Amino acid sequence: MLLSLSEDQTQILDFIDSLTRPYATVPMHDVSFALTSDDLDRELVEGGFLDVMAMEELGAVTAALVVEKLARLPFAVEAAASALVRPLLDPELPRPLCLVEEGSLRKPVRFLKPGATVVVVGEGGVRSFTASDEHVRSAGDEVLYGYPVAFLTSVPAETRSHDVTFERLLTAWRGALAAEAAGLLAAALASVTTYVGERKQFGRAIATFQALRHRLAEIQVATNGVYWLALRAAMTGTAGDAALAALHAQETAKRVGYDFHQFLGAMGMTLEHPLHLWTYRLKLLTAELGGRGSQAVAAADAIWPD
Amino acid sequence: MNFEWTDEQQAFRRKLVDFLAANLPEDWEEFSKHGPASPALTEFARGFCRKLAENGMLFPHWPKDIGGEGLGPWEQQILAEVMWEYGEPRGGQYMNVNWIGPTMLKYGTEGQKAKYLPQISAGEMLWCQGFSEPNSGSDLASLRTRAELEGDHYKVNGQKIWTSYAGLADTCFLLTRTSDDRKKGITILLVPMDTPGITVRQIPSLIGEGDIHEVFFDDVIVPVGQRFGEEGQAWEIIGYSLTNERLGIPRYHLAREALDRAVGILKAEGEFTRETVKAEAARCAALCEAARTAIYAIVQKRVDGGTVGPESSSARYATVQAERAVGEFVVEYVPEALAGQSAFLQMHHQRGIVAGIASGAAEIQLNIIASDVLQLPREPR
Repeated sequence: MLLSLSEDQTQILDFIDSLTRPYATVPMHDVSFALTSDDLDRELVEGGFLDVMAMEELGAVTAALVVEKLARLPFAVEAAASALVRPLLDPELPRPLCLVEEGSLRKPVRFLKPGATVVVVGEGGVRSFTASDEHVRSAGDEVLYGYPVAFLTSVPAETRSHDVTFERLLTAWRGALAAEAAGLLAAALASVTTYVGERKQFGRAIATFQALRHRLAEIQVATNGVYWLALRAAMTGTAGDAALAALHAQETAKRVGYDFHQFLGAMGMTLEHPLHLWTYRLKLLTAELGGRGSQAVAAADAIWPD
Repeated sequence: MNFEWTDEQQAFRRKLVDFLAANLPEDWEEFSKHGPASPALTEFARGFCRKLAENGMLFPHWPKDIGGEGLGPWEQQILAEVMWEYGEPRGGQYMNVNWIGPTMLKYGTEGQKAKYLPQISAGEMLWCQGFSEPNSGSDLASLRTRAELEGDHYKVNGQKIWTSYAGLADTCFLLTRTSDDRKKGITILLVPMDTPGITVRQIPSLIGEGDIHEVFFDDVIVPVGQRFGEEGQAWEIIGYSLTNERLGIPRYHLAREALDRAVGILKAEGEFTRETVKAEAARCAALCEAARTAIYAIVQKRVDGGTVGPESSSARYATVQAERAVGEFVVEYVPEALAGQSAFLQMHHQRGIVAGIASGAAEIQLNIIASDVLQLPREPR
């Protein structure tokens, strides 16, 4: 048992801190639903931060740490699928990587755009293709989620099959989801914590009222759990650990989403505060892989098989 | 980072499990229903802890020069997990391992160490914790049991309540008030429970027989040499003690064991096929494992030589949530367990009610998390 970060891991996280500093904050009153940066994406790719899983001395835990760290940014970065799923398929697959459940075309797909690699995951196998204009339908301007999303119109007849099992891919997807959710939760919590410490009502900071303090403390406990379960899932790579991590992540996201906005009061209804960037990403993550009920059943089947 | 136990750690766990298999009576599960503070289990524990001590398993994490094996915090955690998985056959002596021993090592005088450590490490000593009072529970600093210095001794008057193990303990780790300063006026005395003037009354409880008590102190004479630390140092010492105690009981592990057993019963009955039941069991497992990893992160901090801080309250609260979720799962899906049909699940449930109340209420943990982990401004007082 060894839960300390290695020197390499600490160094990589420090590098990311330095690299992302210009992207760590966004100007108030200037925040759209989905915030992205091609420059940030390019810098991450050039730095090799999304390829750490394949490096022997770094591995999946480091990749999960990177994903968690990047998810804290107000800018949406397609990191989870690239860093934690792509190495199982082909590390050279073009980004962004879009994970899609077989037969589920009605759902918005994160980061989907022409040129993206779409990975279709079904019990029949795992296959991919490069999306072109004909496969992508814009979601328009009415998207509430904090990611760039589009709809997949169809899956081409010709796709590339990958030599990875459906189960293995699902496990990696669940782990990736948990790592990303851990970062989103941490960032939302930090954002709210700052606000309630500064906002005064009845002559004192609203953070001094126990009605908020205890709920925020409970969110800290849950967020900490999501973080550690995500890292454990990355390390062990087992179906049970991944399903538990994804379950805890989706459960927590569902439980705390409205609370976060509630703590901000009317500010929580606006686009003037960046909170929605994290919470509305979390909302979409709760819809992945069949939702928390599916993760729960998957976890139970893995932990207590027939 | 590695979440797997090393070969040595696995071997250590196996050694403990083998020892328990060889040394616990065949009817242990039924017997352990008596509760850790019951006369029967206390008596059993005295003999059992002596055997553990003789085999180097009572304090394996202590330095060799004071009777330990020189192992580390991970082995301490493994020891705690195995013992709780088996219903804690050490009885109240688990406290010696968790916090009394470490606190004695850090704050005891040479004379106190020479007097108590051999008895503790031999598995012969049972303590009770004289903290709470009728009007001082979570607000511990308001305690009123008074110790007046009279020459070479203190005269103690007052009352403690909800005191575990008091009925059979040898010595009380007693918090007393020696001045009116709220926190700096509290002093620890180590008081033999057979000292004249001490009266113990058992309080019937949901936990099990003989667990909690009222303790009355009427003109109890305690020599100055029995003071632990300096006058007024208690708040610092119990802060250290409680940090250890909050992590001490691996309730996440016992809860997970109870969950696995409950699922085992449901599977045997062919009732673990409904997805609603499976999902609820998985939610419990997630809470257990979230608590486990939170605790392990703190154990790692100890291994690295760091000081355990407010994150222990976060881990403790996670454990409370896990304990309660499993307890409710059992009630909902295996209700017969609490009607005498499963000694183990009943034992788990009875002990589970303590999780969010003892060693600092869950709400106090939330206060600590808010102020010291999240760094929120404090509530006005």
